[in-house]
Amino acid sequence: MAQAPSASTEELEEIARNVRRNIVRMTHAAKSGHPGGSLSSVEILTALYFRIMRHDPKNPSWPDRDRFVLSKGHATPLMYSVLSEAGYIDPDDLLTFRQLGTKLQGHTTMGKPPGVEMSAGALGMGLSFSLGAALAARLDGRDYHVFCLLSDGDCQEGQTWEAVMSAGHYNTANLTAIIDRNHIQNDGYSDGQRYDGDDQPSGRPGGWVMEDNHTANIMNLEPFEDKWRAFGWDTKRIKGHDFDAITAALQEAREDGEQPTAIICETTKGKGVSFMENNPDFHGKAPSDEQLAQALQELGFKE
Amino acid sequence: MVQTAADKSTREVLGPTLARLAREGLDIVCVDADLGYSTSAVKFGREFPERFFPIGVAEQNMIGVAAGLASCGKIAFCSSFAVFAPGHCFDQLRMAVAQPRTNVKLFASHAGVVTGEDGASAEALEDLTLMLSMPSFTVLFPADAVECEQMIEVAARTEGPFYIRSMRPKIPILFDDSYRFELGKWPLMRDGDDVTLIACGELVKAALDAAEKLASQGVDARVLNASSLRPFDREALLAAARETGAIVTAEDHFIQGGLGGLVSQALAAAQPTPVAFVGMEGYGTSGTWKQLLEHFDLTPEAIARAADDVISRKSR
Repeated sequence: MAQAPSASTEELEEIARNVRRNIVRMTHAAKSGHPGGSLSSVEILTALYFRIMRHDPKNPSWPDRDRFVLSKGHATPLMYSVLSEAGYIDPDDLLTFRQLGTKLQGHTTMGKPPGVEMSAGALGMGLSFSLGAALAARLDGRDYHVFCLLSDGDCQEGQTWEAVMSAGHYNTANLTAIIDRNHIQNDGYSDGQRYDGDDQPSGRPGGWVMEDNHTANIMNLEPFEDKWRAFGWDTKRIKGHDFDAITAALQEAREDGEQPTAIICETTKGKGVSFMENNPDFHGKAPSDEQLAQALQELGFKE
Repeated sequence: MVQTAADKSTREVLGPTLARLAREGLDIVCVDADLGYSTSAVKFGREFPERFFPIGVAEQNMIGVAAGLASCGKIAFCSSFAVFAPGHCFDQLRMAVAQPRTNVKLFASHAGVVTGEDGASAEALEDLTLMLSMPSFTVLFPADAVECEQMIEVAARTEGPFYIRSMRPKIPILFDDSYRFELGKWPLMRDGDDVTLIACGELVKAALDAAEKLASQGVDARVLNASSLRPFDREALLAAARETGAIVTAEDHFIQGGLGGLVSQALAAAQPTPVAFVGMEGYGTSGTWKQLLEHFDLTPEAIARAADDVISRKSR
C-alpha cells in the first residue's frame, strides 16, 4: 500500500485486542518472553501500522516506506503480533516464538521476518540506527519518516543521548522518537512517578523499596521533556493508550516541523491484563496456564 | 615486489581513496567521531560534504548511524581511533553490524604500540581480538599505504562488514602500484625453505629485515604478509608449515587473540608445527614509535631470535 491505511477507532480497538491476545498466548507457549512492555505499547504500534505509516507488507523493502525501529528489542511479542495483523507474518507462526527453528527469535533480528528493520535486544541502539535511516532519506531525496520506539531503560543508555544530541544537531524532522513511558524496568520502578490514569504524575519520595520487594527509583528520567527539548526536539507528553491522542501526535510529528519529535507516551506496563498491570514481575515472565486463561477472559476471549 | 619509496602512514589514504571511489560512482558515506583529520576522512568530507557526517565524540552513535545509513543502501564508512572503535562500541558493532551483516566499514587508525607518545591508553592492542571475535567481519591490516588503499577499495566494493586497522607513523612502502590485494591471500614477500616469518602491519618490513639477517647466517626464511586476517590464507599457512616446518608470527598487538592465536589455532587443527611468537603481552607506554618497537622487542633482531628458537625445535 502506497498510502497509510486509515482504520477507524473501532477497528483499531479490535486489532489491539487481538494483539494483546497474541502477546499472552505467545509468551505462554514459549514459557518465556516479555509481556509487560509489549502490552504497554499496543496502542502505539497499532496506530502506527494501521493509521500513520506508509508501508507495504507485500514489499517490505520498498525504499520509500516509513520505517518503524523497535529499540526496546525485547518487545517482540508485540512486534510480531502487529506484523501478523498487518500481513507480514503468517499468524500460524506466532506460537513458534522463541522455539528452535522459529523465524521469530526472542529479540528482534533485522529482516527476520521481513518487516523487522533492525536487530535489537541490548537497549539504547535504536535511535542511532533511526537517525542513520533519516539522514539517508535526506541524501536520497525521499520523504519517508522514521519512527523509533524506546523504553524507559533505553533512555538510561548513554548512546540514546548521543543520538538525541546528534538528531538535534542535524535537525532530522523526519525522525520521531516515541517513548513507552511505563515507569517500570527489569528490577522494579524507574522512579516514584508511576502514572495513574488521568491524574498528573504524582511525586513520591525516592530511594524506597516497595512492599513487594521490587526496587524503586532505579534511575529517575525526569524532568524528561526538558531533556529532549534541551537537545532541540519538539516534545510532548500524551496518554499512551488513547488512540486519538496517539494519532494526533504522530500525524503532527509526520507532517510538521523542522525538528525531530519526541512523543512521551504515559502508559501502563502490562495494560489490559489486571495482574500484569504495573507489575514488574511481568517485565520478563510468561503467564502460567491459569494466568493465560484469566488474561484471555479479561481480554474478552474464550481461548 | 619490494621497492623503496617515500614513507607514508596507512591512515593517510582513507579520505583520498573514499573521494576517488565516490567520484567513480560508489554510494559512499562516512561517519566520523571527531578524528577526521587524523584518519584523513575529512579529505572525503571536503569533496562530498553532504555525505560526510561528523557525529562528535560518540562512537556508539557513530556505529548505529552508519548501520542505519547502510540499511538504506549506503556504503557506510566509519572513522575513528582503534581504542575508541571498536574500543567504545563493541556491542554496537556486534548487534548493528555483525549480526545483521550491515554494509558498514570501520576504518580505525592509531592501532598498536607505535601510536607512541600518547601512551598506553591510546595504544590499541586488543582491537584485532575484538573484531576477529565477530565471525561476519572481514578483518584487514595493511603492511603499507599502497595495500591500505587497495583494501579500502575492496571493502567498498564488497558487501558486508569490514574492519581495516591502520597506524599513525609513516612507514616504508613495500608494494608498487601494480599490486592488487585479494581477500584471503597472504602475499609472499620473500621465499625460503628453513622457516616462515608471518607478520602483519609495520612488522612485515621488520620480518623482511630479519630474513636478511638470517640469510647472512645461512638460514633461508620465507616471509608472508598476513594482511588478510579474516579470511586468512589457510593454503599459504599450511604450505609454509609443510615446506619449512617452523613458523614465527610477528604483530604489534596482543599475541593472544591476534595473529599468533589465529595461526596457532589453525596449525593445531590441521598441521601441528613449532611456532614462536613476537608481539605484545602487556600494555604499552609513552615514547617515540621507534623507541617503543625497540623497548617491546618488536624488531628484526627479535624476529630473527624467534626464528633461531623455532628452528631448534623443528622435528626432522
